[in-house]
Amino acid sequence: MNFFAKLYYRLAKAIKAVQLYLVIAGPGIVVMVADNDAGGITTYAATGAKYGYNLIWFLLVLIPVAYYVQEMTVRLGAVTKRGHAEAIFSGFGAFWGWFSLVDLLIVDWLTLVTEFIGMTAALEIFGIPPWLTVAAVVLLLGTIVLNGRYWTWEKIALFFCALNLVYIPGAFMVHPSVHDIVHEGLVPNLPGGLDGQLFFFLMANIGTTIAPWMLFFQQSAVVDKGMLEKDIPWGRFDTWLGSVLTIIVAVFIVIVTGTVLRGVDIESAAQASVQLQETHHWVGTFMAIGLFDAGLLGAICISLASSWAFGEIFGWAHSLNTNIKEAPWFYASYFVTLLSAGAVVLIPGAPLVLITLFVQVVAVTLLPAALVFLILLLNDREHMGEYANSAVQNVIGGSIVLVIIVLSTLYGISVMFPALFG
Amino acid sequence: MLRSVSRVVRKFRAINARYRTPRIGMSPLVRSALMVLRVYLLLLVALMLYKFVTLVS
Repeated sequence: MNFFAKLYYRLAKAIKAVQLYLVIAGPGIVVMVADNDAGGITTYAATGAKYGYNLIWFLLVLIPVAYYVQEMTVRLGAVTKRGHAEAIFSGFGAFWGWFSLVDLLIVDWLTLVTEFIGMTAALEIFGIPPWLTVAAVVLLLGTIVLNGRYWTWEKIALFFCALNLVYIPGAFMVHPSVHDIVHEGLVPNLPGGLDGQLFFFLMANIGTTIAPWMLFFQQSAVVDKGMLEKDIPWGRFDTWLGSVLTIIVAVFIVIVTGTVLRGVDIESAAQASVQLQETHHWVGTFMAIGLFDAGLLGAICISLASSWAFGEIFGWAHSLNTNIKEAPWFYASYFVTLLSAGAVVLIPGAPLVLITLFVQVVAVTLLPAALVFLILLLNDREHMGEYANSAVQNVIGGSIVLVIIVLSTLYGISVMFPALFG
Repeated sequence: MLRSVSRVVRKFRAINARYRTPRIGMSPLVRSALMVLRVYLLLLVALMLYKFVTLVS
Protein backbone atom coordinates (compact mmCIF):
# COMPACT_ATOMS: atom_id res chain seq x y z
CA MET A 1 0.00 0.00 0.00
CA ASN A 2 2.84 2.25 1.00
CA PHE A 3 4.45 1.60 -2.39
CA PHE A 4 1.31 2.57 -4.32
CA ALA A 5 0.84 5.67 -2.19
CA LYS A 6 4.41 6.74 -2.98
CA LEU A 7 3.93 5.96 -6.66
CA TYR A 8 0.72 8.00 -6.75
CA TYR A 9 2.41 10.88 -4.96
CA ARG A 10 5.34 10.86 -7.41
CA LEU A 11 3.06 10.59 -10.43
CA ALA A 12 0.90 13.47 -9.21
CA LYS A 13 4.03 15.53 -8.59
CA ALA A 14 5.35 14.76 -12.09
CA ILE A 15 2.00 15.64 -13.70
CA LYS A 16 1.94 18.92 -11.76
CA ALA A 17 5.49 19.68 -12.91
CA VAL A 18 4.55 19.04 -16.55
CA GLN A 19 1.43 21.20 -16.18
CA LEU A 20 3.52 23.99 -14.67
CA TYR A 21 6.07 23.67 -17.47
CA LEU A 22 3.31 23.89 -20.09
CA VAL A 23 2.27 27.22 -18.56
CA ILE A 24 5.83 28.57 -18.59
CA ALA A 25 6.91 26.89 -21.89
CA GLY A 26 7.16 29.14 -24.88
CA PRO A 27 9.81 31.81 -25.24
CA GLY A 28 12.76 29.37 -25.12
CA ILE A 29 11.34 26.77 -27.49
CA VAL A 30 9.85 29.34 -29.86
CA VAL A 31 13.03 31.41 -30.15
CA MET A 32 15.24 28.36 -30.58
CA VAL A 33 13.10 26.57 -33.15
CA ALA A 34 12.41 29.85 -34.95
CA ASP A 35 16.15 30.13 -35.20
CA ASN A 36 15.95 27.23 -37.66
CA ASP A 37 14.51 29.78 -40.03
CA ALA A 38 14.58 29.83 -43.83
CA GLY A 39 18.21 31.02 -43.85
CA GLY A 40 19.07 28.32 -41.33
CA ILE A 41 17.48 25.55 -43.40
CA THR A 42 19.39 26.79 -46.47
CA THR A 43 22.64 26.86 -44.50
CA TYR A 44 22.16 23.34 -43.08
CA ALA A 45 21.12 21.96 -46.49
CA ALA A 46 24.17 23.54 -48.14
CA THR A 47 26.44 22.33 -45.28
CA GLY A 48 25.28 18.72 -45.71
CA ALA A 49 25.63 18.83 -49.49
CA LYS A 50 29.08 20.42 -49.31
CA TYR A 51 30.67 18.57 -46.37
CA GLY A 52 28.45 15.48 -45.94
CA TYR A 53 28.19 14.49 -42.26
CA ASN A 54 31.56 16.02 -41.38
CA LEU A 55 30.26 19.12 -39.59
CA ILE A 56 27.62 17.39 -37.44
CA TRP A 57 30.02 17.55 -34.45
CA PHE A 58 30.20 21.32 -34.89
CA LEU A 59 26.42 21.59 -34.77
CA LEU A 60 26.36 19.55 -31.55
CA VAL A 61 28.90 21.94 -30.01
CA LEU A 62 26.42 24.72 -30.73
CA ILE A 63 23.79 23.24 -28.32
CA PRO A 64 25.47 24.54 -25.13
CA VAL A 65 26.58 27.69 -26.96
CA ALA A 66 22.98 28.57 -27.86
CA TYR A 67 21.78 27.60 -24.38
CA TYR A 68 24.31 29.70 -22.46
CA VAL A 69 23.66 32.78 -24.58
CA GLN A 70 19.86 32.58 -24.47
CA GLU A 71 19.66 31.56 -20.82
CA MET A 72 21.18 34.92 -19.91
CA THR A 73 18.24 36.72 -21.52
CA VAL A 74 15.79 34.66 -19.43
CA ARG A 75 17.45 35.80 -16.19
CA LEU A 76 17.80 39.38 -17.37
CA GLY A 77 14.14 39.62 -18.48
CA ALA A 78 12.68 37.88 -15.42
CA VAL A 79 14.72 39.95 -12.94
CA THR A 80 14.68 43.42 -14.54
CA LYS A 81 11.22 43.10 -16.22
CA ARG A 82 12.74 45.06 -19.10
CA GLY A 83 13.22 44.15 -22.74
CA HIS A 84 16.74 43.92 -24.10
CA ALA A 85 16.72 47.26 -25.96
CA GLU A 86 15.54 49.11 -22.88
CA ALA A 87 18.09 47.28 -20.72
CA ILE A 88 20.94 48.45 -22.97
CA PHE A 89 19.69 52.06 -23.11
CA SER A 90 19.21 52.15 -19.37
CA GLY A 91 22.45 50.32 -18.56
CA PHE A 92 24.87 51.99 -20.98
CA GLY A 93 23.18 55.23 -22.02
CA ALA A 94 21.66 56.52 -25.24
CA PHE A 95 24.86 56.42 -27.34
CA TRP A 96 25.38 52.66 -27.03
CA GLY A 97 21.63 52.12 -27.01
CA TRP A 98 21.16 53.68 -30.45
CA PHE A 99 24.12 51.69 -31.78
CA SER A 100 22.55 48.43 -30.62
CA LEU A 101 19.08 49.38 -31.80
CA VAL A 102 20.30 50.29 -35.30
CA ASP A 103 22.28 47.01 -35.45
CA LEU A 104 19.17 45.10 -34.45
CA LEU A 105 16.90 46.84 -36.92
CA ILE A 106 19.27 46.28 -39.86
CA VAL A 107 19.96 42.63 -39.06
CA ASP A 108 16.30 41.96 -38.23
CA TRP A 109 15.10 43.46 -41.46
CA LEU A 110 17.70 41.62 -43.54
CA THR A 111 16.83 38.36 -41.80
CA LEU A 112 13.15 38.98 -42.41
CA VAL A 113 13.95 39.38 -46.12
CA THR A 114 15.59 35.93 -46.03
CA GLU A 115 12.42 34.49 -44.43
CA PHE A 116 10.36 35.79 -47.33
CA ILE A 117 12.96 34.44 -49.78
CA GLY A 118 12.60 30.99 -48.20
CA MET A 119 8.81 31.06 -48.06
CA THR A 120 8.33 32.24 -51.65
CA ALA A 121 10.91 29.74 -52.95
CA ALA A 122 9.24 26.89 -51.03
CA LEU A 123 5.75 27.63 -52.31
CA GLU A 124 6.99 28.22 -55.86
CA ILE A 125 7.79 24.50 -55.88
CA PHE A 126 4.03 23.92 -55.50
CA GLY A 127 3.25 26.46 -58.25
CA ILE A 128 2.27 29.38 -56.01
CA PRO A 129 3.56 32.74 -57.32
CA PRO A 130 5.74 34.85 -54.96
CA TRP A 131 3.33 37.81 -54.80
CA LEU A 132 0.57 35.56 -53.57
CA THR A 133 2.84 34.03 -50.92
CA VAL A 134 3.92 37.47 -49.66
CA ALA A 135 0.32 38.71 -49.52
CA ALA A 136 -0.95 35.56 -47.80
CA VAL A 137 1.88 35.56 -45.25
CA VAL A 138 1.36 39.23 -44.33
CA LEU A 139 -2.37 38.56 -43.94
CA LEU A 140 -1.78 35.44 -41.83
CA LEU A 141 0.80 37.06 -39.55
CA GLY A 142 -1.40 40.14 -39.21
CA THR A 143 -4.31 37.96 -38.10
CA ILE A 144 -2.11 36.11 -35.61
CA VAL A 145 -0.74 39.22 -33.88
CA LEU A 146 -4.01 41.16 -33.99
CA ASN A 147 -5.89 38.56 -31.97
CA GLY A 148 -4.79 40.57 -28.96
CA ARG A 149 -3.37 37.89 -26.66
CA TYR A 150 0.25 36.89 -26.06
CA TRP A 151 -0.91 33.43 -24.98
CA THR A 152 -2.75 32.71 -28.26
CA TRP A 153 0.13 34.04 -30.33
CA GLU A 154 2.56 31.81 -28.43
CA LYS A 155 0.48 28.66 -28.83
CA ILE A 156 0.16 29.28 -32.60
CA ALA A 157 3.94 29.78 -32.76
CA LEU A 158 4.41 26.49 -30.85
CA PHE A 159 2.24 24.72 -33.42
CA PHE A 160 4.55 25.95 -36.21
CA CYS A 161 7.53 24.84 -34.07
CA ALA A 162 6.12 21.31 -34.07
CA LEU A 163 5.89 21.38 -37.88
CA ASN A 164 9.64 22.02 -37.94
CA LEU A 165 10.11 18.37 -36.92
CA VAL A 166 9.04 17.30 -40.42
CA TYR A 167 12.72 16.88 -41.34
CA ILE A 168 13.17 13.98 -38.93
CA PRO A 169 11.03 11.40 -40.81
CA GLY A 170 12.60 12.73 -44.02
CA ALA A 171 16.05 11.72 -42.76
CA PHE A 172 14.90 8.19 -41.96
CA MET A 173 13.37 7.85 -45.43
CA VAL A 174 16.73 8.36 -47.19
CA HIS A 175 18.28 5.44 -45.22
CA PRO A 176 21.55 7.08 -44.13
CA SER A 177 24.47 4.95 -42.94
CA VAL A 178 24.61 5.17 -39.14
CA HIS A 179 28.21 3.96 -39.29
CA ASP A 180 29.19 6.88 -41.53
CA ILE A 181 27.28 9.39 -39.42
CA VAL A 182 29.09 8.25 -36.28
CA HIS A 183 32.55 8.00 -37.85
CA GLU A 184 32.43 11.10 -40.02
CA GLY A 185 30.04 13.28 -38.06
CA LEU A 186 30.82 12.76 -34.41
CA VAL A 187 34.61 12.99 -34.64
CA PRO A 188 35.72 16.63 -34.74
CA ASN A 189 37.36 17.35 -38.09
CA LEU A 190 37.82 20.20 -40.52
CA PRO A 191 36.84 18.81 -43.92
CA GLY A 192 39.06 20.07 -46.74
CA GLY A 193 41.30 21.95 -44.29
CA LEU A 194 41.14 25.58 -43.24
CA ASP A 195 39.97 27.66 -46.14
CA GLY A 196 37.68 30.62 -46.73
CA GLN A 197 34.74 28.42 -47.61
CA LEU A 198 34.99 26.43 -44.40
CA PHE A 199 35.16 29.66 -42.33
CA PHE A 200 32.13 30.89 -44.23
CA PHE A 201 30.16 27.72 -43.47
CA LEU A 202 31.23 27.61 -39.81
CA MET A 203 30.18 31.22 -39.37
CA ALA A 204 26.93 30.76 -41.25
CA ASN A 205 26.12 27.78 -38.98
CA ILE A 206 26.85 29.82 -35.84
CA GLY A 207 24.79 32.64 -37.35
CA THR A 208 21.82 30.35 -37.79
CA THR A 209 22.06 29.09 -34.20
CA ILE A 210 22.60 32.33 -32.30
CA ALA A 211 21.64 35.70 -33.72
CA PRO A 212 21.26 39.21 -32.29
CA TRP A 213 17.47 39.22 -32.82
CA MET A 214 17.15 36.17 -30.55
CA LEU A 215 18.55 38.08 -27.56
CA PHE A 216 16.06 40.88 -28.03
CA PHE A 217 13.18 38.53 -28.82
CA GLN A 218 13.52 36.13 -25.91
CA GLN A 219 14.04 38.82 -23.30
CA SER A 220 11.02 40.80 -24.56
CA ALA A 221 8.94 37.60 -24.73
CA VAL A 222 9.90 36.73 -21.14
CA VAL A 223 8.75 40.21 -20.05
CA ASP A 224 5.55 40.14 -22.16
CA LYS A 225 4.71 36.72 -20.75
CA GLY A 226 5.17 38.09 -17.25
CA MET A 227 7.78 35.59 -16.07
CA LEU A 228 9.17 36.18 -12.57
CA GLU A 229 12.38 35.17 -10.78
CA LYS A 230 10.68 32.01 -9.49
CA ASP A 231 10.02 30.96 -13.12
CA ILE A 232 13.71 31.11 -14.08
CA PRO A 233 14.38 27.35 -13.56
CA TRP A 234 11.51 26.51 -15.94
CA GLY A 235 12.69 29.22 -18.34
CA ARG A 236 16.11 27.56 -18.31
CA PHE A 237 14.59 24.15 -19.00
CA ASP A 238 12.50 25.65 -21.81
CA THR A 239 15.64 27.19 -23.34
CA TRP A 240 17.62 23.97 -22.96
CA LEU A 241 14.87 21.92 -24.61
CA GLY A 242 14.70 24.49 -27.42
CA SER A 243 18.48 24.36 -27.94
CA VAL A 244 18.45 20.57 -28.20
CA LEU A 245 15.44 20.55 -30.53
CA THR A 246 16.86 23.15 -32.88
CA ILE A 247 20.15 21.29 -33.28
CA ILE A 248 18.42 17.92 -33.67
CA VAL A 249 16.44 19.36 -36.58
CA ALA A 250 19.63 20.88 -38.02
CA VAL A 251 21.46 17.55 -37.79
CA PHE A 252 18.61 15.73 -39.54
CA ILE A 253 18.67 18.26 -42.40
CA VAL A 254 22.43 17.77 -42.77
CA ILE A 255 21.85 14.00 -42.79
CA VAL A 256 19.24 14.30 -45.58
CA THR A 257 21.37 16.43 -47.91
CA GLY A 258 24.61 14.74 -46.82
CA THR A 259 23.13 11.37 -47.83
CA VAL A 260 21.34 12.22 -51.06
CA LEU A 261 23.00 15.38 -52.37
CA ARG A 262 26.58 14.95 -51.21
CA GLY A 263 28.96 16.71 -53.58
CA VAL A 264 26.15 18.60 -55.29
CA ASP A 265 26.50 22.39 -55.20
CA ILE A 266 23.41 23.48 -53.32
CA GLU A 267 22.56 27.14 -53.48
CA SER A 268 19.30 27.08 -51.58
CA ALA A 269 17.02 24.83 -49.59
CA ALA A 270 14.40 25.22 -52.33
CA GLN A 271 16.87 23.90 -54.89
CA ALA A 272 17.67 21.02 -52.52
CA SER A 273 13.93 20.26 -52.23
CA VAL A 274 13.52 20.11 -56.01
CA GLN A 275 16.56 17.85 -56.42
CA LEU A 276 15.44 15.62 -53.56
CA GLN A 277 11.99 15.29 -55.14
CA GLU A 278 13.61 13.71 -58.21
CA THR A 279 14.81 10.70 -56.22
CA HIS A 280 12.83 10.84 -52.97
CA HIS A 281 9.57 12.64 -53.73
CA TRP A 282 8.22 12.84 -50.19
CA VAL A 283 11.55 13.82 -48.66
CA GLY A 284 11.80 16.74 -51.11
CA THR A 285 8.19 17.67 -50.35
CA PHE A 286 8.89 17.57 -46.59
CA MET A 287 11.92 19.78 -47.18
CA ALA A 288 9.78 22.33 -49.05
CA ILE A 289 7.03 22.29 -46.39
CA GLY A 290 9.65 22.60 -43.66
CA LEU A 291 11.28 25.50 -45.48
CA PHE A 292 7.99 27.39 -45.67
CA ASP A 293 7.23 26.65 -42.02
CA ALA A 294 10.73 27.77 -40.99
CA GLY A 295 10.38 31.04 -42.88
CA LEU A 296 6.94 31.65 -41.40
CA LEU A 297 8.11 30.95 -37.85
CA GLY A 298 11.16 33.17 -38.34
CA ALA A 299 8.98 35.96 -39.71
CA ILE A 300 6.54 35.64 -36.78
CA CYS A 301 9.36 36.17 -34.28
CA ILE A 302 11.76 38.54 -36.04
CA SER A 303 9.14 41.12 -36.95
CA LEU A 304 8.04 41.16 -33.31
CA ALA A 305 11.61 41.54 -32.00
CA SER A 306 11.94 44.88 -33.84
CA SER A 307 8.49 46.14 -32.80
CA TRP A 308 9.09 45.25 -29.15
CA ALA A 309 12.45 47.07 -29.23
CA PHE A 310 10.90 50.16 -30.85
CA GLY A 311 8.09 50.19 -28.32
CA GLU A 312 10.45 49.88 -25.36
CA ILE A 313 12.59 52.83 -26.45
CA PHE A 314 9.95 55.15 -27.85
CA GLY A 315 7.67 54.51 -24.92
CA TRP A 316 4.80 53.13 -27.00
CA ALA A 317 2.47 50.45 -25.70
CA HIS A 318 4.22 47.31 -26.95
CA SER A 319 2.50 44.17 -25.78
CA LEU A 320 0.65 41.48 -27.69
CA ASN A 321 -1.91 41.72 -24.92
CA THR A 322 -2.94 45.13 -26.26
CA ASN A 323 -5.14 45.73 -29.28
CA ILE A 324 -4.41 47.92 -32.28
CA LYS A 325 -6.19 50.96 -30.75
CA GLU A 326 -4.12 50.75 -27.58
CA ALA A 327 -0.80 50.17 -29.36
CA PRO A 328 -1.09 51.66 -32.89
CA TRP A 329 2.63 52.38 -33.29
CA PHE A 330 3.62 48.91 -32.14
CA TYR A 331 1.45 47.32 -34.82
CA ALA A 332 2.33 49.96 -37.43
CA SER A 333 6.07 49.25 -37.04
CA TYR A 334 5.27 45.53 -37.20
CA PHE A 335 3.47 45.85 -40.53
CA VAL A 336 5.96 48.32 -42.05
CA THR A 337 8.83 45.91 -41.28
CA LEU A 338 6.88 42.97 -42.65
CA LEU A 339 5.66 44.63 -45.85
CA SER A 340 8.99 46.25 -46.75
CA ALA A 341 10.87 42.95 -46.28
CA GLY A 342 8.27 41.12 -48.37
CA ALA A 343 8.58 43.70 -51.15
CA VAL A 344 12.33 43.00 -51.59
CA VAL A 345 11.60 39.43 -52.65
CA LEU A 346 9.41 40.68 -55.47
CA ILE A 347 12.23 42.75 -57.03
CA PRO A 348 13.02 41.02 -60.36
CA GLY A 349 16.54 39.58 -60.60
CA ALA A 350 17.53 40.15 -56.95
CA PRO A 351 20.33 37.71 -55.91
CA LEU A 352 18.13 36.05 -53.30
CA VAL A 353 20.26 32.98 -52.54
CA LEU A 354 23.43 35.01 -52.05
CA ILE A 355 21.55 37.47 -49.85
CA THR A 356 20.37 34.59 -47.65
CA LEU A 357 23.87 33.22 -47.02
CA PHE A 358 25.46 36.64 -46.49
CA VAL A 359 22.80 37.77 -44.03
CA GLN A 360 23.70 34.82 -41.78
CA VAL A 361 27.37 35.80 -41.86
CA VAL A 362 26.74 39.52 -41.30
CA ALA A 363 24.45 38.65 -38.36
CA VAL A 364 27.10 36.53 -36.69
CA THR A 365 29.77 39.19 -37.27
CA LEU A 366 27.69 41.77 -35.40
CA LEU A 367 26.82 39.27 -32.66
CA PRO A 368 29.89 39.84 -30.39
CA ALA A 369 28.90 43.48 -29.82
CA ALA A 370 25.47 42.40 -28.62
CA LEU A 371 26.94 39.58 -26.52
CA VAL A 372 29.41 41.88 -24.77
CA PHE A 373 26.53 44.11 -23.62
CA LEU A 374 24.55 41.07 -22.53
CA ILE A 375 27.46 39.79 -20.42
CA LEU A 376 28.04 43.24 -18.90
CA LEU A 377 24.34 43.53 -18.01
CA LEU A 378 24.44 40.10 -16.36
CA ASN A 379 27.36 41.30 -14.22
CA ASP A 380 25.37 44.20 -12.79
CA ARG A 381 25.17 42.67 -9.31
CA GLU A 382 23.28 45.60 -7.88
CA HIS A 383 20.23 44.83 -10.02
CA MET A 384 20.71 41.15 -10.83
CA GLY A 385 21.53 40.08 -7.27
CA GLU A 386 21.82 36.30 -6.94
CA TYR A 387 20.95 35.96 -10.65
CA ALA A 388 24.11 37.75 -11.81
CA ASN A 389 26.61 35.76 -13.88
CA SER A 390 28.98 33.43 -12.04
CA ALA A 391 32.68 33.34 -12.94
CA VAL A 392 32.13 30.15 -14.96
CA GLN A 393 29.26 31.72 -16.91
CA ASN A 394 31.45 34.73 -17.66
CA VAL A 395 34.28 32.50 -18.91
CA ILE A 396 31.85 30.59 -21.16
CA GLY A 397 30.25 33.79 -22.47
CA GLY A 398 33.66 35.41 -23.02
CA SER A 399 34.94 32.32 -24.88
CA ILE A 400 31.92 32.36 -27.19
CA VAL A 401 32.55 36.03 -27.99
CA LEU A 402 36.25 35.33 -28.59
CA VAL A 403 35.64 32.35 -30.90
CA ILE A 404 33.15 34.33 -32.99
CA ILE A 405 35.57 37.26 -33.30
CA VAL A 406 38.42 34.93 -34.32
CA LEU A 407 36.24 33.16 -36.93
CA SER A 408 34.98 36.49 -38.30
CA THR A 409 38.55 37.74 -38.51
CA LEU A 410 39.73 34.61 -40.31
CA TYR A 411 36.88 34.95 -42.74
CA GLY A 412 37.75 38.62 -43.25
CA ILE A 413 41.38 37.67 -43.93
CA SER A 414 40.27 34.98 -46.37
CA VAL A 415 38.22 37.59 -48.23
CA MET A 416 41.14 40.00 -48.46
CA PHE A 417 43.82 37.39 -49.15
CA PRO A 418 42.10 34.34 -50.67
CA ALA A 419 45.43 32.69 -51.59
CA LEU A 420 46.50 32.57 -47.93
CA PHE A 421 44.24 29.63 -47.06
CA GLY A 422 44.48 27.83 -50.38
CA MET B 1 5.06 67.99 -42.26
CA LEU B 2 7.42 70.36 -40.45
CA ARG B 3 5.47 69.81 -37.27
CA SER B 4 5.82 66.02 -37.60
CA VAL B 5 9.57 66.32 -38.11
CA SER B 6 9.94 68.56 -35.06
CA ARG B 7 7.82 66.11 -33.04
CA VAL B 8 10.15 63.26 -34.05
CA VAL B 9 13.21 65.35 -33.17
CA ARG B 10 11.67 66.17 -29.78
CA LYS B 11 11.02 62.48 -29.21
CA PHE B 12 14.65 61.58 -29.94
CA ARG B 13 15.83 64.35 -27.63
CA ALA B 14 13.55 63.09 -24.89
CA ILE B 15 14.94 59.57 -25.27
CA ASN B 16 18.51 60.88 -25.17
CA ALA B 17 17.69 62.90 -22.06
CA ARG B 18 15.98 59.96 -20.36
CA TYR B 19 19.00 57.71 -20.88
CA ARG B 20 21.70 60.37 -20.48
CA THR B 21 23.19 58.83 -17.35
CA PRO B 22 24.12 55.17 -17.78
CA ARG B 23 23.14 52.96 -14.86
CA ILE B 24 26.25 50.82 -15.26
CA GLY B 25 29.51 52.69 -14.84
CA MET B 26 32.24 51.94 -17.40
CA SER B 27 35.86 52.92 -17.07
CA PRO B 28 37.39 54.84 -20.02
CA LEU B 29 39.37 51.68 -20.85
CA VAL B 30 36.22 49.53 -21.13
CA ARG B 31 34.49 52.26 -23.15
CA SER B 32 37.42 52.49 -25.58
CA ALA B 33 37.60 48.69 -25.86
CA LEU B 34 33.90 48.60 -26.73
CA MET B 35 34.37 51.32 -29.34
CA VAL B 36 37.36 49.52 -30.89
CA LEU B 37 35.36 46.28 -31.00
CA ARG B 38 32.41 48.04 -32.59
CA VAL B 39 34.55 49.73 -35.27
CA TYR B 40 36.39 46.48 -35.94
CA LEU B 41 33.15 44.52 -36.41
CA LEU B 42 31.78 47.19 -38.72
CA LEU B 43 35.00 46.93 -40.73
CA LEU B 44 34.48 43.17 -41.04
CA VAL B 45 30.88 43.74 -42.17
CA ALA B 46 32.19 46.20 -44.78
CA LEU B 47 34.57 43.48 -46.01
CA MET B 48 31.66 41.07 -46.32
CA LEU B 49 29.68 43.63 -48.27
CA TYR B 50 32.68 44.04 -50.57
CA LYS B 51 32.77 40.27 -51.11
CA PHE B 52 29.00 40.26 -51.72
CA VAL B 53 29.27 43.02 -54.32
CA THR B 54 32.16 41.28 -56.10
CA LEU B 55 30.21 38.02 -56.21
CA VAL B 56 27.07 39.71 -57.52
CA SER B 57 28.93 41.67 -60.20
